[in-house]
Amino acid sequence: MPLEQKVKYESDCDKEFATWVTSQTGGENLRHCIQCGICSATCPLSLYMDYTPRRLINLAREGFKKEVLSSFTIWLCASCYACRSECPKEIKVTDIMYMLKRKAIEEGVFPRRFPIPVLAREFSRMIFMFGRINETLLVTDLFLRTNWFKFLTMTGLGFNLMRTGRLSLMPDSIKRRGELRKVLDAIDAEEKKEEVK
Amino acid sequence: MKYQYFPGCSLKGMGKAYEESFLAVSRALGVEVKELEDWNCCGATAYMSVDETKSYALAGRNLAIAERNAGDVIAPCSACYLVLNKTMNGLKEHTELNRKVTGALKSAGLDYKGTAKVRHPLDVLVNDVGLEKIKKHVKAPLSGMKFAAYYGCQVVRPYATFDDQDEPVTMDKLIAAAGAECVTWPLKTRCCGGSLTGTVPEAGLRLAYIILKEAKKRGAQAIVTPCPLCQFNLDGYQDQIAAKYERIDMPVLYFTQVLGLAMGLSASELGIKRGIISAEAVLAGR
Repeated sequence: MPLEQKVKYESDCDKEFATWVTSQTGGENLRHCIQCGICSATCPLSLYMDYTPRRLINLAREGFKKEVLSSFTIWLCASCYACRSECPKEIKVTDIMYMLKRKAIEEGVFPRRFPIPVLAREFSRMIFMFGRINETLLVTDLFLRTNWFKFLTMTGLGFNLMRTGRLSLMPDSIKRRGELRKVLDAIDAEEKKEEVK
Repeated sequence: MKYQYFPGCSLKGMGKAYEESFLAVSRALGVEVKELEDWNCCGATAYMSVDETKSYALAGRNLAIAERNAGDVIAPCSACYLVLNKTMNGLKEHTELNRKVTGALKSAGLDYKGTAKVRHPLDVLVNDVGLEKIKKHVKAPLSGMKFAAYYGCQVVRPYATFDDQDEPVTMDKLIAAAGAECVTWPLKTRCCGGSLTGTVPEAGLRLAYIILKEAKKRGAQAIVTPCPLCQFNLDGYQDQIAAKYERIDMPVLYFTQVLGLAMGLSASELGIKRGIISAEAVLAGR
């Protein structure tokens, strides 16, 4: 059995990542966390997570970058905000999860079998094109891209939605698509300007 | 009473029955609602995972359009309600974010001042219209019916100020005004699984199953909700839940449908037939 280092030395941690986390919007008060664990207790998904929210917060602020960004935890957060409303230190746990999801997508380190990052990307692409989401088209697109087999198991649901008149195969669109694109492009331009600085 | 109505994508798609019943009830109560001109998707939870600043700008465009007219904005979908309020809060708290977003909006001729007010129909019905007036409109009380009032998460957390974040009561009051009874249960605001029912069913379906099973255990004849995603998860996945856990057969109605029925509006006007698990047998007993 190969010997594996189970506990990190301080020098193994990524200090830059720790600084980044605590400098982001919503992460400013991460150092205030007293590790009471009420976030993990109140989270309806913590029992499926590889690190509970309490552990994830501790890992993030100490700079365990790889563990945090490749964890299932951040993708299992369904944004129900239960942790945030219970936290005695008013830490915006849900916003921290969003922040880590964005970083994981940016660095391409999310768990491969998870369709959620693909969903998020397709979602934003559809908005850029039409300004609105057609749920049927979004979900069809997602399953065709990630899991053919799962798509077949969804046909029963698709039939039920059709039967009840809830399925629509035409993309809905806003009138002033150019206006929306201009706004989104202006943000891209602004962020590029910042990068150059 | 005049309001601006922000439907969001769900109420135009899988949540059609919510739009139908919300508009029918508003009309009957004399609440004037006008759809927000050229609204775009609020961004929901997905956009926030890709780009933070853009997700604020996306919601910001809707708010800027709303600010051109008088009247509070009504957002019946929980995700839209949360995102629009989150955007107003975020742009007020973070000056750098505000500068970027308002600048981008301005480049497309949109002026964001932060003066809009985004409200939920639960809030408007209880606090603006009032329970007394609603009771006067109840012509066919749902006496003897028992419902589980299920709010879901994002309608109360973390921005709602019109109700409690864990033990909300506004919908219970409306159901009582409709003449029906609510079961007592601790799962009013527990997560239904959100988008995980589709993406990670191992975890998501279990959460939806817990809500359905606990409502049934307490004798509810139907679950009543103010959220299109909760309605879809709890109603649409019951076949998959039956295959994995047990068959529950629980209709899932919108609170606006319950109110409408009590006010004597027709089932077709309220989109009752759009439920995948039919509510007809349950409602025939009223």
